[in-house]
Amino acid sequence: MLSAIVFSPLLAALMLLFMRPEQHAALRRGALVFSFIPFALSLVLLWRFDAASGDMQFVESVPWIRDFGIRYALGIDGVSLFLVLLTTFLMPIVILQAWDVHKRLKEYLVLMLVMETGMLGALVATDLFLFYIFWEAMLVPMYFLVGIWGGERRIYAALKLVLYTMAGSLLMLVAILYLAIAHHQQVGQYSFEWSHLLQLTFSPETERWLFAAFALAFAIKVPMFPLHTWLPDAHTEAPTGGSVILAGILLKMGTYGFLRFAFPMFPQAALEFMPWIAALAVVGIVYGALVCMVQPDLKRLVAYSSVSHLGFVMLGMAAWNLQGVQGSIYQMLNHGLSTGALFLAVGAIYERRHTRLIAEFGGLWARLPVYAAIFLVVVLSSVGLPGLNGFVGEFLILLGSFARFPLAAVLGTTGVVLGAVYLLWMFQRVMFGPLKNPKNETLNDLSWREIAMFAPLVAAFLLMGLYPKPFFERMEPAVRQTLARVEAKRPAHTASASARPSLPARGHVAARGEGQQ
Amino acid sequence: MTGPIVFPEISWLALLPILLLLGTSLLVLLADLWSEGPDYDALGWLGLIGLGATVLSCLLLWKQQVTTLAGVVVLDRYGLFFTMLFCLGAGLSILLSMNYLETTDIRTGDYYTLILFSTLGMVLMATSPDLIVIFLGLEVMSIAAYALAGIWRTQVRASEAALKYFLLGAFASSFLLFGVALLFGASGSTLLPDIAHVARSASGDQRFLLVAGTAMLLAGFGFKVAAAPFHSWAPDVYEGAPTPVTAFMAAGIKAAGFAAFVRVFFDALGPLAADWREVLWWLAVATMTVGNVSALVQRNIKRLLAYSSIAHAGYVLAGMVAGSNLGGAAVLFYLVVYTLMTLGAFAVVVALGRRGQPNENLEDFAGVGLRSPFLGFAMTVFMLSLAGVPPFAGFVAKFYLFSATLQAGYVGLTVLGVLNSLVSVYYYVGVLVKMYMSEVELQVLPAAERPYLLATLVVAISGTLLLGLFPSALFELARRSFLALS
Repeated sequence: MLSAIVFSPLLAALMLLFMRPEQHAALRRGALVFSFIPFALSLVLLWRFDAASGDMQFVESVPWIRDFGIRYALGIDGVSLFLVLLTTFLMPIVILQAWDVHKRLKEYLVLMLVMETGMLGALVATDLFLFYIFWEAMLVPMYFLVGIWGGERRIYAALKLVLYTMAGSLLMLVAILYLAIAHHQQVGQYSFEWSHLLQLTFSPETERWLFAAFALAFAIKVPMFPLHTWLPDAHTEAPTGGSVILAGILLKMGTYGFLRFAFPMFPQAALEFMPWIAALAVVGIVYGALVCMVQPDLKRLVAYSSVSHLGFVMLGMAAWNLQGVQGSIYQMLNHGLSTGALFLAVGAIYERRHTRLIAEFGGLWARLPVYAAIFLVVVLSSVGLPGLNGFVGEFLILLGSFARFPLAAVLGTTGVVLGAVYLLWMFQRVMFGPLKNPKNETLNDLSWREIAMFAPLVAAFLLMGLYPKPFFERMEPAVRQTLARVEAKRPAHTASASARPSLPARGHVAARGEGQQ
Repeated sequence: MTGPIVFPEISWLALLPILLLLGTSLLVLLADLWSEGPDYDALGWLGLIGLGATVLSCLLLWKQQVTTLAGVVVLDRYGLFFTMLFCLGAGLSILLSMNYLETTDIRTGDYYTLILFSTLGMVLMATSPDLIVIFLGLEVMSIAAYALAGIWRTQVRASEAALKYFLLGAFASSFLLFGVALLFGASGSTLLPDIAHVARSASGDQRFLLVAGTAMLLAGFGFKVAAAPFHSWAPDVYEGAPTPVTAFMAAGIKAAGFAAFVRVFFDALGPLAADWREVLWWLAVATMTVGNVSALVQRNIKRLLAYSSIAHAGYVLAGMVAGSNLGGAAVLFYLVVYTLMTLGAFAVVVALGRRGQPNENLEDFAGVGLRSPFLGFAMTVFMLSLAGVPPFAGFVAKFYLFSATLQAGYVGLTVLGVLNSLVSVYYYVGVLVKMYMSEVELQVLPAAERPYLLATLVVAISGTLLLGLFPSALFELARRSFLALS
């Protein structure tokens, strides 16, 4: 089942390879149809997913490289389930956007589909070797997407993206190898299986180093301040579809990595570093927001808003309690949808005017009412308006982090305010006022295809904003298990000090209670 | 009164691969007398058939373990493994040459003879546990290679490369020979097991001689595998030599150097490991770093690949530092993968060249990926594999190597190796940048119109992909081969 989801896009890419490059219409339709296959399969997955279980489900495990105990092992739990859905959900939308791509369309679609395989694989791999392969494999198509279809400084941006990401991931590879060898020493055989490696114990010193190696790789991908500088360049230069994927899914790989690997595998080091992560997250939130205030370029503004929003995700995770972590997973989904939609909106206007400077626009509402209305919903979702998705995630994150780091939560809240300021101010400058620039007078409103692109996103905003229960129900068991893994290592005095009425403590107690029964 | 000459027992079976290769070389040499140019493809085919037969004989003899000719030739899996590897390298080089020679003024069948003789030398290096025979093998290999480097006589560049290669190579050979003499002086034998026996209990002056001999050997082998600081010849020679010859040198000669290097150091000088391991550590780090950092600024693709080959020698040295069975197997595996990737990359360089217009600068790669998707795809695979990006074979090979160094406790070396890989990403990806992200200028002859080239590329690509996804079988082979060393 999982293999089918992961590899169906790759298969589709192979089929597209056999089509003639000049048949643009057929290529687009073919890719669109193909991109629905993984989505349909993942809906079946959602339907058959056992919400009560926190363990890996739909497990597949086949020996691959026997000398090293490497397995082709896949599994999915409440943490990764919705990220997989997000990926398969966004992909048809991105392909719909490819109607605006005219240069080397076939290669563009093929790379997109190959990347989908890489991303899905990284999300469901439970063998660290396999994870690493998918993790690196998704970088290559992204590199080409930015480098070939990107803007003026695309080569610089693509190279920066690759070098930054590789720098982190290569050190992570050393740490992965170290883990496998440690497993050999402690248990007697090599293993890269995540659940096996969780059982290992290390000296605090070693654990710190290993955590640092993993955390660096993930922090670059998130990106956390001060490792974020590749992101504005990559985002700005990437083609619209690439930006959507980059913001929507690729960045989540970093936060997902923290939650799945870095924190649970090295609990002591994680607990030591969490306050630092929270601090950097807050710096990221405020810094990103402040930079957004002064951005003249729409796309760069959205890019920096990602730095700010992902700061929230990391803050919630650093709080390491049920609300914080659930909120941060929810916020990952929100950010994927909202920022993806923002990039689509910016892309739509760029296609019409070939500029992204805010100063070039103004008063578009009169000319483009449908576009403006949709853009408004997207902006409000990103701002965190109650009733839309963003609010739920941010609220939970602030609630969770307040229990652990009150000061960080307070400072983080300013990010929410600033977020409202820069996004609404941007919206005001683009949409309201008189239509002064004569170049904007001939613009056309959204086509049906573009509306079809935004409609599912807006529907998802509403669903996730109004009825988040089904999401949290499925996440909770897995999140509780993840939390318990680390909480078991929390020294007793800090555990009691933080025993405020917050859910991590409850999770902690619950885990112990089960032990006592 | 001297007695009758005692002939040692000869096991012809054990000599079968060597004899087959020798026979093929002589056959091609003779056939050259009757063949009239300008098309020498038939000779190439003859060579390919001979190489195929040699590989077949290796497979048949895989389970045998025979020592013959008074111990100077041994048939073991280690030797067979490398024999097959050299045949693969030579075979691909020949395939590559068959289209290349059309675009040059090289109008002689000696070309193929020289490649085969050079391969014969390599096989001798890998299969002999006797320092004298190893030295002879090395000379057979090198002299043929000197001639190959300069075979395009009308090219000043090639003659310069050949001369430089010859002078420096001769210098290195004398170091090696001096090392052999010192070891002989210390142990009274040139056979590796005998030297190992002495080395185990040596002390005082005897030990000093052994260590001095080891240092000399290190320099000699270091030159052949192009390890820093003995690497300076490589870029010039690689640039000047005809491209298929460069490919042959980068893949075959380096692998042969390592074959003898590993056998001598592990079989004979193992007891002195405490002395040379530290030195090798520094050599490995220096080689990787010099190779990768220098490659960053190259504008000529052959020079770039030359420095890249230096860097890869550094990674292999790191595997030797690890020294364990895992490390040894990883070295063998790495050399196979490296042969495929490097030959593939040079094949793409050959594919871009045309008569009177070698197109060897990085600028000439502009837009190749867009104009010729197949060549672009091929180069992408090889560059990413060389950079160690999954899921290609280069990644798995590095993975094995660095597992070995890490398992042996060399955390620092592993981290330095990995950081070096990061540096290398920059210039390998730089080639891709040129191919895909700059405007098209060059009219590339589609690879499909040149069947031999296409065959080379297909073999190299499928090897790089398959070994990346299913490395277990070959690694097991490499592990068993390394275990054949005592």
